[in-house]
Amino acid sequence: MWLYYFNNLVASFPFFLKGVWTTVIVSLLSLVGGTILGFCIGIGRNSRIRVLRYSLAIYVDFMRGTPFLVQIFIVFFIFPEWGIQLEAFQAAVFSLTLYAGAYISEIVAGGISTISPGQTEAAMSGGLNWFQRLWFVIMPQALRPILPPLVGQYVLLIKDSSVISVIGLTDVTRVGWLTVQRIPEGLMVFGLVGILYFSICYPLIRLSNWFEKRLTIEKWTV
Amino acid sequence: MLETFNFRVIIEYLPQFLLGLLATTWISLISFMWALFIGALACMGRLSHLRILNVTAGIFIEAIRSTPLLAQLYFFYFGLPSLGLRLSEYQTGILALSLNSGAYMAEILRAGVQSIDYGQIEAGMTSGLDYFQRLRYIILPQAIGATIPPLLGQTIVLVKDSALLSLISVFELTRAGQLMNSERFMPAEGFFTTALFYLLMYHILKTFSSWWRKKLIFRPAM
Repeated sequence: MWLYYFNNLVASFPFFLKGVWTTVIVSLLSLVGGTILGFCIGIGRNSRIRVLRYSLAIYVDFMRGTPFLVQIFIVFFIFPEWGIQLEAFQAAVFSLTLYAGAYISEIVAGGISTISPGQTEAAMSGGLNWFQRLWFVIMPQALRPILPPLVGQYVLLIKDSSVISVIGLTDVTRVGWLTVQRIPEGLMVFGLVGILYFSICYPLIRLSNWFEKRLTIEKWTV
Repeated sequence: MLETFNFRVIIEYLPQFLLGLLATTWISLISFMWALFIGALACMGRLSHLRILNVTAGIFIEAIRSTPLLAQLYFFYFGLPSLGLRLSEYQTGILALSLNSGAYMAEILRAGVQSIDYGQIEAGMTSGLDYFQRLRYIILPQAIGATIPPLLGQTIVLVKDSALLSLISVFELTRAGQLMNSERFMPAEGFFTTALFYLLMYHILKTFSSWWRKKLIFRPAM
């Protein structure tokens, strides 16, 4: 019986690969969107305009304080009530982008705050405008502390993308859920799902660790 | 948007939400204690000189950390019955949550232990303390203070992750919101109320965490 199910599972492997494709596409799109959004918010959180700072803080707080499941329900069920019709795919990418953006903004804001204000002042007296200061002075330095946790955040994003299966998108988790209705061997089916996620996430975890080793500056001792 | 918000129905459903809040708190509390226990075991394994323990703990931690909680939840939910193990939804959920958080806590604890200078352990050895005495009198008192904030951070993640238990029909906070959505077609009221309660828990934990961080600064040992 076990072997029969195993053969069945092997036969439906292409279905799993389709699920991997969905997971990868959704993650990739929201990863790019989330990074752009996160950098914008992270820069905005260090701004001198108080209203901007506070409203961004409230946004980030809401995204970090509520489960992603609730957020995706809000996007998927409530937005249509406000007249914004989103398909499952769009809702998934949209909510993942908003979610990732909030977390990435914390990383970016933290990275920027490690740069001493003297750098900004020096750049100011050098006559650089706001954008030049950010692009040529702050960011090149801030990228060092930002990069390792950023890659770590990508891993979290890929794992959290499994939640999009609840709104009917056939990602790897959803494929596993559908398959287990036919092949009642949960350990085998979700073992395979786990292996597929592992093969996506583990290299990224290693990359993050490698970045951390390469990019961490030894603290100056007095 | 707010003028269409139906507060009467929210008040009508408030007992459900409070029950959900209680269930979420309860589930998180039990899972937290198990996770801490599992985390301590896995951390001890990871730091052990015994190769088998070291490798087993390493595989456990990496496997959990590179697969999504939802896949793990389904793995146990659909998988355990085929092993002849019949657990209730609550038990399955708590099992998955504890194992998941346990792996992350193991890494946090390991970072805490490794932040202690090895000379301290050697000094303990030469004073004739055995393994548990060294743990009890030298390592833990120093490691615990610094690990509390990241452990609380992981607890916030745990509380939010417990929302996924609603997908295996455990009644908790998110389920209460879903109930309101399916019975009254009021997703906005339901999910925003759910979000509000999560935010409440998030802020309590966050306040406690920053209070502890402030307290740490004044500790001479740090």
